[in-house]
This record gives sequence, structure tokens and C-alpha cells, in this order.
Amino acid sequence: MASAPKARTASGKKNDTGVMNSSREQLLKYYRDMLLIRRFEERAGQLYGMGLIGGFCHLYIGQEAIAVGMEAIRKPGDQIITGYRDHGHMLAAGMSADEVMAELTGRSGGSSKGKGGSMHMFSTQAGFYGGHGIVGAQVSLGTGLALADKYRDNGAVSYTYFGDGAANQGQVYESFNMAELWSLPVVYVIENNQYAMGTSIERSSSETRLHKRGVSFNIPGEEVDGMDVEAVAAAGARAAEHARSGKGPYILEMKTYRYRGHSMSDPAKYRTKEEVDEVKKTRDPIEHLKEKLATVKVTDDELKAIDAEVKAIVAQAAEYARTSPEPDPSELYTDVYLEAAQ
Amino acid sequence: MSSVEILMPALSPTMEEGTLAKWHVKAGDTVKAGDVIAEIETDKATMEVEAVDEGVISALLVDAGTEGVKVNTPIARLGSEGASFDTPAAPAPQDDAKGSPVPTVRQPEEAAPAAVSKAAPKPLNDPEIPAGTKMIKITVRDALRDAMAEEMRRDGDVFLMGEEVAQYQGAYKVSRELLQEFGPRRVIDTPITEHGFAGLAVGAAMAGLKPIVEFMTWNFGMQAIDHIINSAAKTLYMSGGQIRSSIVFRGPNGAAARVGAQHSQDYSAWYAQIPGLKVIAPYDAADAKGLLKAAIRDPNPVVFLEHEMMYGVEFELPEVDDWIVPIGKAKVRREGSHVTITAHSRMVGLALKAAEELAAEGIEAEVIDLRTLRPLDHETILQSVRKTNRLVSAEEGWGPMGVGAEIVARVVEHAFDHLDAPPLRVCQEDVPLPYAANLEALSLPSVDKIVKAAKAVCYR
Repeated sequence: MASAPKARTASGKKNDTGVMNSSREQLLKYYRDMLLIRRFEERAGQLYGMGLIGGFCHLYIGQEAIAVGMEAIRKPGDQIITGYRDHGHMLAAGMSADEVMAELTGRSGGSSKGKGGSMHMFSTQAGFYGGHGIVGAQVSLGTGLALADKYRDNGAVSYTYFGDGAANQGQVYESFNMAELWSLPVVYVIENNQYAMGTSIERSSSETRLHKRGVSFNIPGEEVDGMDVEAVAAAGARAAEHARSGKGPYILEMKTYRYRGHSMSDPAKYRTKEEVDEVKKTRDPIEHLKEKLATVKVTDDELKAIDAEVKAIVAQAAEYARTSPEPDPSELYTDVYLEAAQ
Repeated sequence: MSSVEILMPALSPTMEEGTLAKWHVKAGDTVKAGDVIAEIETDKATMEVEAVDEGVISALLVDAGTEGVKVNTPIARLGSEGASFDTPAAPAPQDDAKGSPVPTVRQPEEAAPAAVSKAAPKPLNDPEIPAGTKMIKITVRDALRDAMAEEMRRDGDVFLMGEEVAQYQGAYKVSRELLQEFGPRRVIDTPITEHGFAGLAVGAAMAGLKPIVEFMTWNFGMQAIDHIINSAAKTLYMSGGQIRSSIVFRGPNGAAARVGAQHSQDYSAWYAQIPGLKVIAPYDAADAKGLLKAAIRDPNPVVFLEHEMMYGVEFELPEVDDWIVPIGKAKVRREGSHVTITAHSRMVGLALKAAEELAAEGIEAEVIDLRTLRPLDHETILQSVRKTNRLVSAEEGWGPMGVGAEIVARVVEHAFDHLDAPPLRVCQEDVPLPYAANLEALSLPSVDKIVKAAKAVCYR
């Protein structure tokens, strides 16, 4: 039985790096970006129900604070890579709602011209390297991004995200080993939403404290309240500083919760409605932030303006995703190979 | 008192000869089991040879420093009190290689290089070689090494990673001296962790670097097949052209000698099926070098299938600057009018030998070296079949769903009316490769099997 995430770091101390005292402007940006992800995902769920989105579609609702909090501390040139629950990361990284939604509907205006789908989107411009459908593969790939950063000595950091399910894949530990051995600048962000598809972490993992998974590789790790965007940003800043300064990888275990099923086709009967409701009521990352916003005297009108802006962006994205044409049949055979330079 | 000959030992499954670098004993010395009596160098390694029995060295038959001492040559004589005596090898560099008191190295069936050049007076589909170009002799191993070294000099984004590629100088010595020239940043020893390091390499390629990944053998590369296919081959397409992987996966493929089923598999057909990959399987040194250089420069992921049995074989290589062989072009190794034989990698040598035997019986075979399996140069094959009207394919892998199956399908699709006989495939027998010498030989394709198939399609 999963419990609600606890609001403390591994050391038991409150975060004290100063990020807790985010500026009013930063707090409003957190609110806007998290709300965009939530409204976007709700609309994606609707479009899926209408048959406009096919295949698998894994929603990020409930986990918004992680992508948004980590984005706040990301520097230009830093890379992001994640698994198949990727829509939130892409929006947080600055990809447009239009191109993401149109990819979901398989249209030519999608970020992969409709050829990737929900789990396979990329943006070199945004430093977003996917979007990978094989559980755990992104961990090796993300460590390779860090290898390239170190090879080029460019000072960049790779933020490599994976879930509690992927945390049991062998290649995760092969990657941990090489990352520490070669002091690669990678921050492993484990989004522990407590369910690997339908299997709770207690039923899948002999050690459920995933931030300890780096111990035998000498990789430091800490547990973070992944429902608190400021705590996420504070921990992210510590981890990134560690990696960027040449000390090698760092593990952040973000305790979080996904409100929806594993994918759209999952009725989520492996957990009780009460469990889900309890998290929504007591730990919701957006509601939590609203309390904080009240303390810096953000008015209802300000929030309503943001709600309206987000609503408009999502409505526009849905419209774009409906009206963007399907890829031209001639695209069938493009992008299989690149022409050799000579 | 009897006298026993100590023979030059085989230190690996494929060793044929070596240098007797140093004697640790002299005539008259008494040795006991475990004493190091000599050091032997091969192109892969230097190894110590231990005595396994006691006795008195009565004579040293080969001087220290002698090169090219064939396996099984007597190198010393030992007097003993009737004890049997022989010299098994010390452990060989590969964990799978066990020294044997009676070396059982299979002699290669490949045609000698001289015969090859005689058989193919006008090789097609190769770059122009200026008149008067000097030809140098080089092993496939060194040709591959030189290709990597030249490309690493040319492009700072190219680097090599894999097990034992750096300090050990390569499990098969293909990366010899690269560490010394390029340093540990660009020649990276990995842990034994194929799935992981292949994934790291693809990630680095996605970030714009150009890794060369060496698998100690392609059998171990199977642990990494997910990254080769799902991460490297598909991502350009899935990203709508945004994410490239300019990466080469290379290493020995197919059966070595007596290493059993798990270490003896041909992955040609596996990888040649995957859109997004290019797949290359060279035969001789010129192609090994020219195609590996082309592969490293190619912006796509390339699977480069080498052959352990060919590493030590010498061929001629034109001494030109920047020797590049284009990917996707087959080569007519021998012209003939009666039957077309297609082959790739080590099988080309067998096919050429078969062609010689066939010629002695009045059958002129055209031998096509496929060189690249994806994209397959089926135009060259079709052109040949339209001339000979008969087809035999030779491959080391299993037949079902194989390279030969694909070639036959294409020929039937595009040149059905030209065929005078049903095409035949020569492949590995449909069993895991056995260890026993006789069963292994029965299982693998051979010159004899190719000759029989060629005669069969000629109704002879």
C-alpha cells in the first residue's frame, strides 16, 4: 500500500538553499507552467477519448512539480531525456503546446512530423532528447549525453529521468557504474510515482528507498518531496552543482504520485479511489503552490488571468492538433537515412 | 629414457603461427611442471609457455627470436624417464580460448591472396586506382586499425570505446597502439557491460559525437541489440529527422574455431533486416579499411561485421591517401558465365576456392562479394544472374529467413525468367554450432558444399 510522499529530504532537514524563498515572479511562473501541463494533459485525455490520439498515451497529471521545478534550475546547453511519460517535460522545456499536441494526433505539425507519437518526441533546440519507449533505455542514453558533455568539456549537465519501474532495469546500474567511474555530469531524477504500471513499488523492489540505489556505486542520493516545486528546484540545484563541478553523478528520488492510470487504457484497479483522493486532497502540487502564492499576496484575479492564458494555449493546441494535416504520404520514406556528406 | 618433442602451442582458437620470443631454459636444464620455459608472441599477445611435466631439456630446436613458427612445429626436445610430455599453452587472452596440447587450429580454406588477384583481373565497383599505385601487403586486422587511426586523426569527434580496447590493445589487437596515439579520452576501456556502454555511445552520438563501439564479439553485442535497433536505428525517423546517430558498432562476427554455439553466430541477417541501419561485412583488407573509413564518416548508424578468422590474413592494399570504398556496392571478385555465387565476409574466400575447383571441371563461376548487406546491391546480383542464369548463395549463418533467402527472393522477383534452375543456398546447418571438430566442420559451409551446390544448379 503506497503512502503519500513525505515532505522532507533524506537528511530530514528542510531545504535551506534559498530557493524556498522564491521570488513572487518565480512562484507565478511555477504556477503557470504546472497548470499548463495539467490542462494540456486533461485535454490530451479528452482527445484520446474522442479517438484523435491513438496508441499509448501516458499522462503526467500529479507529477507536474518535478518537470517544472527542475526546469527552473536548468542552464542553457543542459540536456533532458526521459521515458514515455514525457509530455510534461517537453512543455516545461519550452516546446510548444501546438507541436506536442499535434504529434499526439499524428499530424504533420507535430514535433516529429507525426512519425513519433506520444512516446517519441525530441527537440534539439530545447535540449530535449526524448521521449523513449523502452523502459530504462533513456538512462544509458542520458549517461551518454553526459559522456559527450565531458568529452567536449562544455560544462553542461544531463538530466536523466526515469521511474520507479525503470529503476529495476539492469542497464540503469551499468550506467550508474560508468557514470561514477568516469565522473560524468549527470543528474538521475527518479520520478517515484509508486507504481510501475500496475505493480506497486512494494511489490517490485526489495529496497524501496530508491535514492539509496547508488550506494554501491558511491553515488550520493537524496529523497525529495516531488509534490513541492520549490523543494524540487532546491534539490535540483544541489544535484546540478555536484555534477557540474566535476564530482560525477547524483541521484534525486522524487516522491510523487500519478493521478491517472499508467496509460489511457489503464483503469487503475490496483489501488483504491480513497488512496488517490487522499493524495489529491492533501498533496496536490498545484494546490500546495496556491497556498504559497497566497502568502506573497497573489490575488485571485492574477490567478484567473493565468488560468485564462493557459486555457487559451491548450484550446489553440487542440485546434491545431485537429486541423494540422496528416503527414504527406511522401514522408513515409523520409528520415530513414541521412545522406552521406560525400 | 625416452625423448619427447615439445611443440609450438596454439594460444588461441585461431592462431596459426607465432614468434618464439625468448627461451627461459637451455639445454641441460631440469624443468618441472609449472616452470616457464619460453615466451611466445602472436599478433594478439605475448604468452608464457609452461612445462606440464618434469624432465631434462636435451635440445632447443628453434632459436629465440624466430618469427613465423607454425603451430605444432617441434621447438625443443625433452628427455624424461618415460613420462609423456607436451606443452599446453598458458591461458589465452580470451576467456573462451583454452590451450590444447595438440593444437587443433583449422587451416583456413581461403584462397591465397595471389590467387584472388589473379581471379579478379578487373574488380568492379571500386574507386579508381591510379596507374602505378604501389600495392602493400597488410592484414585485415591492421587495415581496420589504420582505418580507425586515420579517421580519428581526421575528426576529433571520433572516439573508440569497448572492452579491452585501450590498455590491453584490443582483445584481438585491432586497436593496437591507438591508446598511445590518442590517449584515454578517445580510446576508452569500458567495464563488461555491453547493454550499458552501447547505450552510452548512442547517447553520445545523439549529442553529435561519432563513437566507434567495439564489441569483443558480436555474440556479446546481442546484449546491446536493443540500443542498436531501438535507440540508434529508429530515432532519426521517430524524431522527424532531428536526432542523428553517426555511430559504428564493430567487432568479429560468425564462427571462430571450436568455441561452441554461444560464441559462434552470424548476425548478418539479424541486422540487415533493420531500416535505419547500414550493415557491412568485408572480406579482404582493402575493403575492411575502405569500408570502415566510409562507415565512420557515414551520418547513420552502421553495423560492421568483421571475422576473427580473417584478422590475420594478409591481402594487397593500394597505397593511396584516404582509401575509401563506397557503402552499398558489391564487387565482382571473379567473372564467369555459368553460375553466380554470392558471398560475404569469410565465405568469399570459400566461394573463390570453389570457383577454382569448378573451373577445373569446366564450370566458370562468377563470384560476387556482397560487401554491404544493407543497402544490398541487388543490381549487381541481377546483372550477373541475367548472364549466368543460375544462382548459389553462400553465407555462414543459418538459412531460414537469411541473407540467401533475401537474395533468392529478389532474384525470383526481378529475374525469374532468366533462371534456368532453382537457386540454392549454402548455409550453416540448422543447429546450434557444435563443439566437436567433426560436427563443427559438418555444420559450417565449406568449399565442397559450394562446389556441390554450383554443380547441382548446373545439372552436373
